[in-house]
This record gives sequence, C-alpha cells and structure tokens, in this order.
Amino acid sequence: MNVSLTGSDWLSLFAQFLLLSCLSVGGAITTTPEMHRFLVDSHQWLTNQQFVTSIALAQAAPGPNILFVALVGWNVGLNAGGGLANGLVGWTTAFAGAFVAMAGMLIPSTTLTYVATRWGHRNRELRAVRAFKQGMAPIVVGLLIATGWVLVRGDADSAFNPATTAVALVSMLVVWRTRVHLLWLLGAGALLGATGLV
Amino acid sequence: MPHNGGVSAPQPTASHDVPGPRSLTELYWAFTILALQGFGGVLAVVQRELVERRRWLTREEFVEDWAVAQILPGPNVVNMTVMFGDRHFGWRGAAAAFAGVLTVPSLVVLTMAIVFENVADTAEAQGALRGMGAVVAGLITATGLKLMPALEVSPIGRRQALAVLLLTFAVVGIVRLPLVWVLAGVGSSACLWTWFCLKQLDDQRAAAQPDVPTE
Repeated sequence: MNVSLTGSDWLSLFAQFLLLSCLSVGGAITTTPEMHRFLVDSHQWLTNQQFVTSIALAQAAPGPNILFVALVGWNVGLNAGGGLANGLVGWTTAFAGAFVAMAGMLIPSTTLTYVATRWGHRNRELRAVRAFKQGMAPIVVGLLIATGWVLVRGDADSAFNPATTAVALVSMLVVWRTRVHLLWLLGAGALLGATGLV
Repeated sequence: MPHNGGVSAPQPTASHDVPGPRSLTELYWAFTILALQGFGGVLAVVQRELVERRRWLTREEFVEDWAVAQILPGPNVVNMTVMFGDRHFGWRGAAAAFAGVLTVPSLVVLTMAIVFENVADTAEAQGALRGMGAVVAGLITATGLKLMPALEVSPIGRRQALAVLLLTFAVVGIVRLPLVWVLAGVGSSACLWTWFCLKQLDDQRAAAQPDVPTE
C-alpha cells in the first residue's frame, strides 16, 4: 500500500495521537477503536490488516503494550515512504512514523502524570490525597482480578473455552503460590498454543 | 511526621527503609530488564521485580502508586515508571526510567516487525499468542490476589474493602461497564468513604493527644 502524506498530514497524525493520549484512561489500548476510525477508515493511511497485525505483534513482543502504537506509526511511515525497499527514504519515513505516533501518544499523558504525582507527593499528608490513594486500593485490586477474568473469558458472548481457562487457572496458582520465573510460564503457554493443544 | 516500620503507615515517603536504585544507570537497566520480561503486558513483572525481587516498593506502596497510574490517562506502566523514577532522582530519574521501559523494547518490537513481517499471520503464531494470552490472564489475576493483603490496612476496614473489591470485579468483569464510569462511580464513592473514615481516625487521635497539631 502506498500513500502520500503532506506536511499537514503529518501534523494531523501527530495531533490525533496527542488527542488520543488525553483520552487513554486505562491504557492506550482503550483508544484503538478511535485510532482505527482515524487511520484506516477516514484517512486510509493504513490497511486493516496492518492495524490488526501491529496489535498482535506488539502482544507477542516483550515490552509494554503501548509499543503497538510505535508499530502502527511505523506502518504508516512504511506506506508513506515507499517501504524499506526504497532505501534511506523508506527507512527514515518509517522511523519518523513510529516516532511521531509514540511522541504524540506519550507526551500529554506523561506530562500530566509527572505534574500530578509531584503535586500529590508534596501534599501526601493532605487527607484528600490519602483518601484518594487508600480509597482506590480495593478498586485497583478488583480491576486486576477482573482484567484477568475478562482476558480468559473473551467477549461477553464468546463460548467458554475449557483449555485456555485451565491454562489461566494453573498459571494463576503457580504465580500466586510459587516464585517460578514468569518467562517459563509464558514459554509453556506459547508452546501449548503453537502445538495446537489449547 | 510519618512513622515508618509498621503496617499502619502506608504513605510512601522518599526516605523509607526499603532500598531504592543507587544510580540513574541502575534505574535505566532495571526498567529495561523489567520491560523485556513482559510479554502481553508488564504489570505482573513490575509487581514481581519492584516488590518481590528488588524490594524497592512495599505491597501497599505498589497498590497506591498503581491506583494513581491507572486513573491518569496514558499507559499504566509508563505512568508508574515516571512516578517511581521521579521519586528517587527527580526529573532525571523520571527520564531514565521512562527511557528504560521504552528504548530497547521499541527497538526489539521494530526489529520483529522487519524480520517477522508475515509470521504473525501463521496458525502457529496465532496459537502461541492464544496460549500466552491465557497465561497472562492467570498472571494478572495472581497479581491481584497477591496484593489483597494490602487491603488489611484500609481505613474503611478489611471487610468493607473486600466488598468494594467484589463490587468492582462484578461491574467490570461481569456487567462490563466502561472503566471511566467505574472509576467515576465506585471510585469516587470509595474515596469519599475513606475520607470520612480518615477524618474520624484523625479526630480520635487529636482527642487522645491534644498537643499534636492537626490539619
């Protein structure tokens, strides 16, 4: 796929990610529907396949999930610069795409976090600050358990999968009760999946 | 004056007994190593590395920091990283931890995109992703279970905190309400409730020790 991006297109790409950053409560992944609408549907800077593969690849790779944004930007850059086969121009444009997307996605939220937590730390003896942090604690723990549940359960209307549920339960018990390295568990899960057992 | 050493002082302070990173380099590499172990999300690794292995955070501090990282926009792990780095070395620490969690992992993921352009579509790769996804679900649930003892010190009481936890699980996991509503509804109610309980505790303490100035 080849597209041509003007200077103002690059600017609007950056602006879109700045906006998504401000909306990304719960992580960048919560903004994927809006990101898809902007990049794939309205501007057609990215194919649907590239978008989906970016998310899948970032999940298979080590590192925070936010890196799918770098891949999405990278693919926009590939399409705009004629791909890596186009030599230096292709490489530079692809890297520029990844950088613009990541910078846009991280600058607003990280700045806000930095400023807000400095204020919170300076005022940590204030009752409101203590109430916020200690009051949120049960919700945060509940969210973690719910996240695990949602991941293993899938969409609300998807069928119950005994194999993946069993794998999730076993890995939960192992992590909760032992100090086995997490990478062993992930490797075992990947192997079970690749061989078609789950 | 916050007192340390007991479970009754969960406020994080810069000068607590728990050791921290000794240099910006150590901070950078600690977060790089941490991020490179995180497949399908880094949260379980953050808990294991910072709380269990390096002991740079107590369980209570982790839960409080995670609450803040969760409620602010942006990737939770990046937010947590910035908060942690800033607390130890100011803005330079925030920058070092931020760079640690993102630079090497970004290069790794871009390399994978170049090398495995079409591999992600194969049945084996999809199967491996499905298997790892199931493990990750277990890891995240276990992280939640391991953090539950942090609720023992909740100002609203242990049982009440457990009830709030179950309510959160039900509305997010079963009813599937959007996160923003849950934070606005359950979150603000729980914070308000905690505020009143803290006020009662502070008033009782002030009545018992009239010479200690109150807020």
